Amino acid sequence: MTGQPWRLENGGHIDRSCSLSFAFDGKIMEGHPGDTLASALLANGTHLVGRSFKYHRPRGIFSAGVEEPNALVELRTGNRQEPNSLATTTELFDGLEASSQNRWPNLRFDFSQANGALSRFLPAGFYYKTFMWPANLWLTYEHFIRKAAGMGIASRESDPDRYESRSAHCDVLVVGGGPAGLTAAMTAAEIGERVIVLEQAPHFGGWLRREKRTIDGSPAMDWVDAVSTRLSAMADVRVLTRTSAFGYYDHNMITAVERVQDHVPKSDPFLPRQRLWSIRAKRVVLATGAVEQPIAFPENDRPGVMLAGAARTYINEYGVLPGRMAVLQTNNDNAYRSAIDLLDAGARVTAVLDVRDHVDGHLPNQVRDRGVPILQGYGVVETKGYFAIRQVLARPLVGGPVRRYDCDLLCVSGGWAPQVHLHSQSGGKVVFDAEKGCFLPSEARQNCVSIGSAAGLFTLKDCLKGANGDDVPEQAIKPTWSLPNAPGRHGKRFVDFQDDVTAEDVALAHREGYVSVEHLKRYTTLGMGTDQGKTSNVIGLAIMAKLKGQNIPAVGTTKFRPPYTAVSMGAMAGRAVGHHFQPLRRSPMDNWHHDNGCKWVDAGLWRRPHFYTRPGEDVNSAALREGRTVRAGVGIVDVSTLGKIDIQGPDAAELLNRIYVNGWKKLAVGKARYGVMLREDGMAYDDGTTSRLSENHFIMTTTTANAGPVLAKLEYYLQAVWPELRVQVACVTDQYAAIAVAGPKSRDVMQRLIDLDISNDAFPFMAAAPCCFAGIAGARLFRISFSGELAYEINVPADYGQAAWNALLETGREDGVGVYGIEAMSAFRIEKGHVAGPEINGQTTIGDLGLGGLQSEQKHNIGKSLAIREGLIDPARPAVVGLVPVDGKTWIKAGAQLVENPDAPPPVAMLGHVTSIAYSGELNHPIALALLSGGKERAGEELYAAFPLRNEAVRVRVVSPHFVDPDGERMRV
Amino acid sequence: MLKGGLYPSVRFPQMEAYELTRYSIFSLIKQGLIRHTGWKRAWRNPEPKAAYDVIIIGGGGHGLATAYYLAKLHGIHNVAVLEKGWLGGGNTGRNTTIIRSNYLLDPNAHLYEHSMKLWEGLSQDLNFNVMFSQRGVLNLCHSKAQTDAFARRGNAMRLNGIDAELLSRDEVRKRIPELDFSDQVRFPICGGLLQPRGGTARHDGVAWGFARAADQRGVDIIQNCEVTDFIIEGGRVTGVETTRGKITAGKVAMAVAGHTGVLAQKAGLTLPIESHILQAMVSEPLKPLLDTVVTFGAGHFYISQSDKGGMVFGGDIEGYNSYAQRGNLPTLEHVISAGVSMMPCLSRVRMLRSWGGTVDMTMDGSPIIGKAPIEGLFINGGWNYGGFKATPGSGWVYAHTIANDAPHPLNEAFTLERFARGRLIDERGAGANPALH
Ligand SMILES: Cc1cc2nc3c(=O)[nH]c(=O)nc-3n(C[C@H](O)[C@H](O)[C@H](O)COP(=O)(O)OP(=O)(O)OC[C@H]3O[C@@H](n4cnc5c(N)ncnc54)[C@H](O)[C@@H]3O)c2cc1C
Repeated sequence: MTGQPWRLENGGHIDRSCSLSFAFDGKIMEGHPGDTLASALLANGTHLVGRSFKYHRPRGIFSAGVEEPNALVELRTGNRQEPNSLATTTELFDGLEASSQNRWPNLRFDFSQANGALSRFLPAGFYYKTFMWPANLWLTYEHFIRKAAGMGIASRESDPDRYESRSAHCDVLVVGGGPAGLTAAMTAAEIGERVIVLEQAPHFGGWLRREKRTIDGSPAMDWVDAVSTRLSAMADVRVLTRTSAFGYYDHNMITAVERVQDHVPKSDPFLPRQRLWSIRAKRVVLATGAVEQPIAFPENDRPGVMLAGAARTYINEYGVLPGRMAVLQTNNDNAYRSAIDLLDAGARVTAVLDVRDHVDGHLPNQVRDRGVPILQGYGVVETKGYFAIRQVLARPLVGGPVRRYDCDLLCVSGGWAPQVHLHSQSGGKVVFDAEKGCFLPSEARQNCVSIGSAAGLFTLKDCLKGANGDDVPEQAIKPTWSLPNAPGRHGKRFVDFQDDVTAEDVALAHREGYVSVEHLKRYTTLGMGTDQGKTSNVIGLAIMAKLKGQNIPAVGTTKFRPPYTAVSMGAMAGRAVGHHFQPLRRSPMDNWHHDNGCKWVDAGLWRRPHFYTRPGEDVNSAALREGRTVRAGVGIVDVSTLGKIDIQGPDAAELLNRIYVNGWKKLAVGKARYGVMLREDGMAYDDGTTSRLSENHFIMTTTTANAGPVLAKLEYYLQAVWPELRVQVACVTDQYAAIAVAGPKSRDVMQRLIDLDISNDAFPFMAAAPCCFAGIAGARLFRISFSGELAYEINVPADYGQAAWNALLETGREDGVGVYGIEAMSAFRIEKGHVAGPEINGQTTIGDLGLGGLQSEQKHNIGKSLAIREGLIDPARPAVVGLVPVDGKTWIKAGAQLVENPDAPPPVAMLGHVTSIAYSGELNHPIALALLSGGKERAGEELYAAFPLRNEAVRVRVVSPHFVDPDGERMRV
Repeated sequence: MLKGGLYPSVRFPQMEAYELTRYSIFSLIKQGLIRHTGWKRAWRNPEPKAAYDVIIIGGGGHGLATAYYLAKLHGIHNVAVLEKGWLGGGNTGRNTTIIRSNYLLDPNAHLYEHSMKLWEGLSQDLNFNVMFSQRGVLNLCHSKAQTDAFARRGNAMRLNGIDAELLSRDEVRKRIPELDFSDQVRFPICGGLLQPRGGTARHDGVAWGFARAADQRGVDIIQNCEVTDFIIEGGRVTGVETTRGKITAGKVAMAVAGHTGVLAQKAGLTLPIESHILQAMVSEPLKPLLDTVVTFGAGHFYISQSDKGGMVFGGDIEGYNSYAQRGNLPTLEHVISAGVSMMPCLSRVRMLRSWGGTVDMTMDGSPIIGKAPIEGLFINGGWNYGGFKATPGSGWVYAHTIANDAPHPLNEAFTLERFARGRLIDERGAGANPALH
């Protein structure tokens, strides 16, 4: 133990038999299992651990928990580096590496400490008042401000660790594993409730671990061990340590993050680093405890100034002496426990400064009896020391001579703040208790209750049931938030340590009118640090109240926003990151495509074959080749991704009538029809063919993109608007594989595989029929054509998709069958002037798309009444047109804007834009579709397709969008 | 388009007082020497008068900017801004502060570009540093179709005189190597559309800066004063009822964002606006990690880094309509999974705070700024996700509309009647579906 000069011989819940080595700023030190990084640093005599945000003041370890404002370090290195990690909650493990942050070049010598010297010119909000001249220099100022601001450095690499999320339900969820929480959990468990207990620390016990208390005459930790062991063994109880409840959402849902592997040197790849819990409970018990509050006295931020409770925590929980010569500044009896524990551990307590005028409590008297002077009505007016506190100067609050006390530890206690955070998040109110000097939870909005010190009940008696703690009577606290400087002195009184907000900053905010709580916070940045003001918000509020001459409740409270303690984004994201961000949908023939050299293209969640590569080809030459195969003979393309919705019931045709613009009642069984549907606001929404398989049975196809939304729309109308319609809809997209077979020889190939007569007479264009295909029962054949060629679409049960595909390739071999991808398919539809996604873009009407004639006058359908609004039938609206390059060879770019003069000064009037482009194999030159204002009348006109992003403008001629086979003869033969 | 110079600037008594503490490095040093005891209130705290020429309801950025431009440019100083809580407590103080004018449709492009130009001189104009940081706004794209759509928008921007650059994958990578360029990615980045002049500003500073400058020009800024009803006489609005009594006015102008729907209802108007919750989040402060505003193209996520170092981000609205200024977990999980997928190093960064604001979603995703169908009443609302960037521009055209009883050409298209007439300004083609805006 020689390396740990401040480690006590005895006591603490640490394992002295085992040593762990760790590094801080490159210096190797040792600690023990059970230590936190902070306790291990203190054991090694390191108080100075960080620099503050703004003035770069040296700072030490201030607390022993989640409220820590100062002791923030960069933990680990490389792709696991985590800035702003709390030394006070980081469990020590062998090989831990940490470094101080927000300093350069090092902690002891930090250039930016110059800010401290300039601090009188850098009050709260100084940046709002300067850096305005010259105007164009703000980005430069900002560059340096940003560098100076921020705290730790985040890794720029991908996180190698994995995260999980879990949901759970229970009758009673207890947050907090201190005496109150354990008692509540046991009470609920004993009557058979399903209980979950969450504790943010690695062990149960809460404050009982941190003090020398007894329950029923034995060490309190015996009671804790007994209760927690019993709880863990109960079947309907789940206990989770290292699990911080951070959010309280609607419907009694608590979210928590479990740190599964943050405390181990080497992570187990089969376990997540952290696990996010979403727990819905019938009843929530908040036993979240309280956080000790400091007092803002002058120069209260030196390393060595520590919350009184933290000082005794280091002694009792970690077996570390935080100082050998201590002074205590308090306003309450409770803090005297620290003086007693310090004395017991062998430290000297040179003085207790108590703001109360008459101190005569049980605990203070014990301290007094041990010869420690208690100075009543005294407060700190100054402290000395730079990297560590050396001396405290104190003075009677009513004025009088200054006394000096040498010390290496200054403990401070301003009382306790119940952690009402989750209660407040749940919608519950808080009230200020003037006697206790703290906010307490009041009326709850959800089914939850606060107990123990979270409810302002600070004695063991209030927490335990059926057991007796060693409470002693305590004299009343004297709420005290700040102490004045000695006359003529201007020592900084820090309210928010991390962000360097002082009592003077609060006064400035008051002077300038930033007096509402939120303005105070935002103007001064009070409570905006990583500790979220756990030790500063109430003090700031109280100082403001005093300045306004109001009481604290009149000033209001700050809003508690989730999370209670910061949560890694990885835990929030869970598994849905990287490749798993969204599921990947694959067609039944996906493997074949992959094995046959396809290049993929994303289509929503699907991946589809873009084209199939051959050596030396690019997308254009491959698509041209694939297209030629189709036109010369026959080709097949996987169209399984199109949405397929099965619609059945006596009112199926009526439903379609209401959804689509065209009529469906008269569609014969065995026939397919092209349909277009509108959005409620009258714009074109989706299109596809729908076939009548029997009187009451239709199969609808949608575009790939809208498969989900169209189904949702049908469901919505059937459930909410037309519940009387006797019809059911079901998505069968995944149940069928779909293959389009196109080209002049497609019939020959298909006929050899199918049990139907598919001659043109027997199975004409737009016929549809169930069939057996290549021996596959339950198939469906449709004679529809997206390519404009003679074509069929065959659907087979998904499991047989590959078999059907193989059969087509096999059977079609003698006819030179080929496969084609999306690029070639898209070129066909552009040549045909068929509109698709780029044209049906949510901003176009069916009139714009040249589909206006489909609208039936006989019936009503969704969107019809709004589609006749003036703006939707304006003759100046765009229409789909075709474009060809005037020079016959230059590619026109999708996304180009159509203008008359691309060189005119802006704003240049835009007449429309290029939607889709392709190289026409048939015409042997590039073509495009466009939406052009007053489109049809412009046929023959020449315009520019301007692409200023690339400084390009192509001269184009407006033509009909039907480039190939305008009368559609090929598909009808 | 800025006509500021044409109008005489009128001096008010309080202006003299403020002249004493005009903000500058010199006043800061001077005050530093006297321990900042000489700073004046940023704005007065007056009792409401019985009558004003113009009452503006809502002390967010838009209401305050409107008051400022009414006084500065239109000589109308007898103006009150009534705020039910604290200035900026609505969406102004809750938003992710992204400023851009990268719009496709002409009316949007012109309005937001006008606003952009005002932002460019705003700190000097207000004598308050709003920290307008033109660090660029980059929209990532992940497919050919998306690239085409971005090109369409970028080309339109350029033809409208707005800066835009189409970046390739490599160019994006050079700027922000921390984005996911690995082969573990679900939707690879193809490139991006960059508006270099876009950026961020300090949201609270905007509200305070406008408040201080308006106050100096005679505007009464009255906090903790909720408008509870309209006084309508003979088909004309003549004043308002408030929690601090009745106040009459020649004209009443709403600028209440998320509460536009409920407030208009009090005047008997049902507007095509729904109120939804939008959450935003901030991480712990970090040393500079990201220098540009980035939006994900394969999910709804946008992020920037504040000057304090926090990563500020947001995404989708909540699943249902609400006025509660808080959201729920599923949206957070969804938004953050998009964020970590876009920029994997964010995984170990910790979220420090999350909050929600009530956003006013219109049925075409664009705002309404103009005269209400009741004489004397004006509407400014329906800002959806993105009204912060409009703040100066919106105030500028709204002031013009109020002063002249007629819209400025820049806001002519943003009428309430456009919905009845089908003159929609649907930038994304999403239709009457706020979740898709
Ligand atoms: C989470 C989030 C992120 C956003 N991100 C961005 C972004 O990145 N970029 C962007 O451009 N925009 C963004 N926005 C939108 C933007 O914040 C708003 O559109 C804009 O701030 C609206 O400003 P405003 O002044 O109209 O409204 P607000 O700031 O909401 O002001 C309205 C004021 O009216 C007051 N009020 C309401 N009712 C009454 C009444 N009856 N009487 C008196 N006062 C009343 C309210 O208290 C409020 O202060 C975001 C919004 C949210 C919620």
